[in-house]
Amino acid sequence: MNQDLKCIPIVQEGEADLIQSIDLNGFREHNRKKTKALKDKRMTEEEAIEKFVKSGDYIGFELYGTVRCPMSLTRALVRSGKTDFRLAGQGVHELDLLFGANMIREIDLTYIGLEVYGISANLRRRVESGDITKVVEWSNAGITWRFKAASMGIPFIPARTMLGTDTLRKSSAKVIEDPYTGEKVALLPALILDVGFIHVNRADKYGNCQIDGISGFAFEMARASKNLIISAEEIVDTDEIRKHPDRTIIPYYLVDAVVHAPYGSWPGEMSSYYERDEPHYKMFIEKQKTQEGTDEYMKEWVYDLPDHKALLEKIGKENLKKISLKEDLI
Amino acid sequence: MTQEYSPSELLICLASRVMEDESTAFIGTGIPMLAASLAQARQAPNLVPIFEFGGTGAILEKLPLAVGDMRTYNKALAASGICDIMETAQRGFVEFGFLGGAQIDKYGNLNSTVIGEQEHPKVRLPGSGGGNDVGSTCWRTIAIMIHDKRRFIEKIDFLTTPGFLTGPGAREKAGLPPGTGPYRVVTNLCIMGYDDVTKEMKLLSVNPGVTVQDVIDNTGFELLIADEVTQNEPPTEEELRILREQIDPDGLYR
Repeated sequence: MNQDLKCIPIVQEGEADLIQSIDLNGFREHNRKKTKALKDKRMTEEEAIEKFVKSGDYIGFELYGTVRCPMSLTRALVRSGKTDFRLAGQGVHELDLLFGANMIREIDLTYIGLEVYGISANLRRRVESGDITKVVEWSNAGITWRFKAASMGIPFIPARTMLGTDTLRKSSAKVIEDPYTGEKVALLPALILDVGFIHVNRADKYGNCQIDGISGFAFEMARASKNLIISAEEIVDTDEIRKHPDRTIIPYYLVDAVVHAPYGSWPGEMSSYYERDEPHYKMFIEKQKTQEGTDEYMKEWVYDLPDHKALLEKIGKENLKKISLKEDLI
Repeated sequence: MTQEYSPSELLICLASRVMEDESTAFIGTGIPMLAASLAQARQAPNLVPIFEFGGTGAILEKLPLAVGDMRTYNKALAASGICDIMETAQRGFVEFGFLGGAQIDKYGNLNSTVIGEQEHPKVRLPGSGGGNDVGSTCWRTIAIMIHDKRRFIEKIDFLTTPGFLTGPGAREKAGLPPGTGPYRVVTNLCIMGYDDVTKEMKLLSVNPGVTVQDVIDNTGFELLIADEVTQNEPPTEEELRILREQIDPDGLYR
């Protein structure tokens, strides 16, 4: 019988090996073991990173540009001394800090830059010097659909993007003839993160999370992460969550740690809470142009501050007030 | 008597005029945002701007600084996420898409990944971002470029975002949705389209004060020239007033 069955031809394979293996069964086992109890998961940035992150992990940050970016977690990660990470790279300011500290070895890269401010000099230095040993190319849809495949618990997802380009040639995607239509289609492998970092508007102590406005790829990445660390502008009572359950984009059982981080996206912005701190960001844009400038910036704004509270004190209430759209965050 | 205007203002006006009313446009950071705002204020009040990270149908009152900032869903019709937007384009709902890059070839293929080899690049650029997806799935794409011989070249270092790839039929052969592809290239010198048959870039119209020879001299590959090359109108007083007073009062793009 078998010889009558047709094989699906693989017509092209991206040259890059996967930098994170697709262990769906391991992911299922991991998820089975995660507690389903409504348990208080509040802790500090430092405790969350100590507990759930180890050197060499495959990590990812959810954000769009400098919006809703888990910056307090990023700074704590830099200070933790943990290193040699592999990374799903769609990023702006947060990745510059990780590159500045030379903590990244391999990247699945979609976009790393400074948006209207141009190319990231820190990315250039790390890639062009070989400190980053492997860069695998993807498109934004490509990497998000990889998260989606993981969130669905399936090994890959077919897509009509990346086809015919060097982006696909330098990725780990494969191209097959679709067994239904005969047309060529790209297969994007599931991407399961060891640790995901997501910043949200509000969460309860168990980790039920709500996001205001657009939600980027929070839904997919939360479900593609083995360990998920949440930082939240506000910690609210579970009754508040229950009033609008349709707003819960990340349910508690996905979450391992809940960190209360008002202005957690600073110097980036947070929809309806605060705007980007443009003077600070512009100062960083100048500093990042050289390694020395980056080092100075990192010393002053990351290493010399023990925690997020110290950072907020350094910025000062007056400066925070200038960017605020909502009162009483701290 | 026309007013003075900057090169960016000219680019914004030219790109804005390409957009049609009651259509959808995938908007990236920078000039496309201003062009879409201007189109909404003029010929295309019902243009639906679609932003990669989830904003659909925003009223662009204030200039967004990034594809995910709050202004991309100001008074919007929907605020979803990147999967929804990318899947909407993949289903064929998005007419126009804007693109940019460090290099472009005669088939409209774009490079925004590396100068040099991908493994050991001379210059590491930001990467595809949503560019490849826009170039793969939007019906008609418009590239906005600075026009010089370093950027308009015979062979790009890396094919990040698909144009017509290697020529007629190549997109379909690669598996990309039929009927999609490059539509216009808007530059500081001219507007170009593509030959219906050969899919090669073709000069359609030149900007004020620019000659056909200027365009040829600044293009690193053999450019087709339309039988009748027309003149692009400079920005009108109305366009400049809307741009300067309503859309970009801080002059970020002047």
